[in-house]
Amino acid sequence: MDLSLISLEVGAALLGLLILLIDLWTPEERKANLGWLATGGLAAVFCYSFSTFDQGDAIINGYSKDALAVYFQGFFVMAAILVVLLTMSYAPRIRSGISELYALTCFALAGMTFAAGASSLVMLFVAVELITITFYVLTSFERHRLRSLESGIKYLILGAASSAIMVFGIALIYGSTGALDYHEINRAALASTEQPMQLLFQLGVIMVLGGLAFKLAAVPFQLWVPDVYQGAPTPVTAFLSSGSKAAGIVLMLRLLAEVCPSLMDEAWLRQLLGLMAGATILYGSLCALRQRNLKRLLGYSSIASAGYVLLGLVVLNNTGAQAILFYLAGYIFAILAAFTVVSVVSEESGDEDISILANLHQRSPLMAVALTLAIVSLAGIPPLAGFLGKFTLLRAVFEAMETIPGMPWIIGAAMIGVVISLYYYFGVIREIYWGTGRFWEEKKPSTEPLDCPRTAEIVLLICLFGLIGLGLFPEPILSLAGEATSNLFSASR
Amino acid sequence: MGLPLVMAIILALVPREKRSVFRYGTLAATFGSLLIAIYVFGQFESQLEEAKGEVTYIEAAPLATQYGYTFTQRSDWIESLGISYHVGVDGIGVVMVLMAALVAFAAACCAREIQTRQKEFYILLLLMSGGILGAFMSLDLFLMYFLHELALVPTFIMIGVWGRGQNKEFAAYKITIYLSIGALLTLAGLILLYLHYKTFSLVEVLHAAGTGNVLTNDSQSLVFALMMFGLGILVSLWPFHTWAPIGYAAAPTATAMMHAGVIKKFGLFMLIKVALPVLPAGAQVWLPVLALLCLGNILYCGLVAMRQKDLNLLIGNSSVAHMGFVFLGIASATLIGLTGAVMVMVAHGLLAGLAFGLSGYLHQQTRTLDMEKIQGLLAGMPFWGTLMIMALMAGCGLPGFANFAGELTVFFGAWEVYPVITGIAVWSALVIGAVYMLRAIRKLLHGLKGAATPEIEDITSWQRLPYAILLAVLLLFGFYPRLITEKINQSEPTFSQATATQPKDTE
Repeated sequence: MDLSLISLEVGAALLGLLILLIDLWTPEERKANLGWLATGGLAAVFCYSFSTFDQGDAIINGYSKDALAVYFQGFFVMAAILVVLLTMSYAPRIRSGISELYALTCFALAGMTFAAGASSLVMLFVAVELITITFYVLTSFERHRLRSLESGIKYLILGAASSAIMVFGIALIYGSTGALDYHEINRAALASTEQPMQLLFQLGVIMVLGGLAFKLAAVPFQLWVPDVYQGAPTPVTAFLSSGSKAAGIVLMLRLLAEVCPSLMDEAWLRQLLGLMAGATILYGSLCALRQRNLKRLLGYSSIASAGYVLLGLVVLNNTGAQAILFYLAGYIFAILAAFTVVSVVSEESGDEDISILANLHQRSPLMAVALTLAIVSLAGIPPLAGFLGKFTLLRAVFEAMETIPGMPWIIGAAMIGVVISLYYYFGVIREIYWGTGRFWEEKKPSTEPLDCPRTAEIVLLICLFGLIGLGLFPEPILSLAGEATSNLFSASR
Repeated sequence: MGLPLVMAIILALVPREKRSVFRYGTLAATFGSLLIAIYVFGQFESQLEEAKGEVTYIEAAPLATQYGYTFTQRSDWIESLGISYHVGVDGIGVVMVLMAALVAFAAACCAREIQTRQKEFYILLLLMSGGILGAFMSLDLFLMYFLHELALVPTFIMIGVWGRGQNKEFAAYKITIYLSIGALLTLAGLILLYLHYKTFSLVEVLHAAGTGNVLTNDSQSLVFALMMFGLGILVSLWPFHTWAPIGYAAAPTATAMMHAGVIKKFGLFMLIKVALPVLPAGAQVWLPVLALLCLGNILYCGLVAMRQKDLNLLIGNSSVAHMGFVFLGIASATLIGLTGAVMVMVAHGLLAGLAFGLSGYLHQQTRTLDMEKIQGLLAGMPFWGTLMIMALMAGCGLPGFANFAGELTVFFGAWEVYPVITGIAVWSALVIGAVYMLRAIRKLLHGLKGAATPEIEDITSWQRLPYAILLAVLLLFGFYPRLITEKINQSEPTFSQATATQPKDTE
């Protein structure tokens, strides 16, 4: 076995261990600075992940390092770097072991990078568990806060349940095809003619998809999102909404493309995905309408985003996959910028109500602009990355409109979702620029300048650069995404 | 032409303490683009002739030149999606750009009322101006949509932060949501077009459609409906017009001028340049519907305008009513009707800029626009009053103003196709328009001084400039409409494709 193929994953895991080790000899007050080590290490890993991009596809048992894997690995490492930087600005609020937080982030990253290349069911399960178990710890990291504990327990119970469903699905697939490797499963499924076995196989696929939909926070596996997002430490929430979600997506993409070619012609698969997409978009948008807690609001908005991603899955072709990849690239910058601002502002005020944003334009122009652009991008308005993401998704969906029955309804739901989302997204912008605080409180909102920690500033600048850059010059990333997905669906057919 | 956008970025870097920098920077940028627009306007025909003269026969010319575009620039942008940065002006574009640049400059002049957070305001204003100027010049459908949306977004923040009245928040949300729905429908239509033609290039799509490569009849009528209603919402087509008067009443002066005058015209612009020539069969199905709906604009909104007490609501409603004439011209799909429609677009852009600018000045003086409270202004402010009378008169179509020339042309064009609708429209245009405009004049300007107007000052010295320019151009085009019709005629290839499919007489 060639270890150099998984050097990225090993690197991430080793980095985590290294941080834990160095932690032993680091004086208490300087532990937060270990974040720089983590950032530096991850940046090195990030550069390395790009250097391997052109080396062609390589497959070892159950793990393939192709363009798709490399794209997502670059994506995950980027997210991890930003999250670690954000964690450093959050450090004063963590009472117990800040270095463990960095280390766990690295472990979760290792799981995600494995997920990017997983091409057997065993690998899929291991990757998912590595991510999920790390997040059990991460979400309840602030043990002195009841909400954090609550969110940890909720995530634990629901996550365990969804893992159980997934394992059951894996067992059914293995039982019906006798294989765990994607390609072997596919061969067996195409060859099988027995009706009951096919049925079992299909049931297995649905159950695995369900387990992954939990990661994605798609309806009907979305219930944990608002509580967990609200309770978890903000950097963890940011990682959950970017990295963990994307891991679910890449697993789903690969599963659908490489395991399910035999199901491609079955109408129910598309209908199921379409139904999930429409319901997710509408649920996320509608629930966010009256939401005042910023983290919950972003949670619902991330549910809606998961719906748009599913929209790209419904069409089950390369264009859709490319659109998903591009959408995610824009999404990560927007959601991380939003969570960074929320993290800094809520730390100062000790509250997460939307009214804490009042006067932000005066208190910290950088944060105001960053949050505004992030929100505008999430709402899908030009000239930012989010618009092009939604545009490419819509294009993929329209292209398939005539071949898939019921598609106009799903498109309609998506469009309604976009319009609804404008209301709550613009509500945030309104609060920033002319919010007056809470109407039931006498106290006027503060106008004191609000300092943004240096590391959070770096995150915001990177995100702004990403948002605007992807919006105005999308060609490089778009072609990378196209390359990564160019033979995803066609190859295995 | 990207001057305002560049300036917006420069100003974003200037610290907020230097207030005058923002104002003069904005003025300079808009004035610069006005000068360029005038230059382009003047040189347009000779440039076009030159481009055509370079080739021996017209078929060999680049597609853009064949379709009467000049001053073109092109560079690749997003190749994999068939999107390029491609700009240039044709006959319609050149008059729209001139109008937009004029109103943008006037709006920048009238932004004096903004006393708080000037930095943000001027940056947003420049974004708006640059975006819409670019949209009128785009030769790429994606770029066109992109830049128009860019111009649209600042409206929300501008109304919310600097708007007036108790309803401003409601108005900001309403205008944003309505316009976003419209833009989204349009986008859906554009994507469907793109999927058929595999390119966003306007001239390539036009050329393909002109040589018989069109969508099937069913999808044409679907796309045309999407674009007609989507763009219709953007232009306040009845019954999707309700955002307009409220929005304009709540908006700060410069925003109302830019939006009512310029940005709203984008929907019409796109209908004429894209929907009509590319979707002939769809047009046949939907144009009669458009003709009926435009009666809603003219009659219903005219009647609503009669009952308004607030000056801005009155101007807003009348501007919605005026859109009806443009829609009528488009619905006729005749050469004369379309030419008239473009003329009304230009004239109304200038007029809306003038009217909202004047009412904004009044609001600055009196802090109210309630016509019950302010009376007898002519005595106190003769210059303002005279301009206001002229603006209101132009609004009801007095000969001599460009509006009259445009509306008359529209009626000539529409008469051939929809005699009954045109008859009703003419009547209501004359009667209803005259009623509300004259009422406004009587209430505002004549009579004794009202209670709410103790201390008012007339517009003085340099501040008169923007109003005077707008009015002068309005009169110039009114007395000498050939200035614009000659330019518009250069878009003949687009028109001939659009008029090839006149709707059958349905009455």
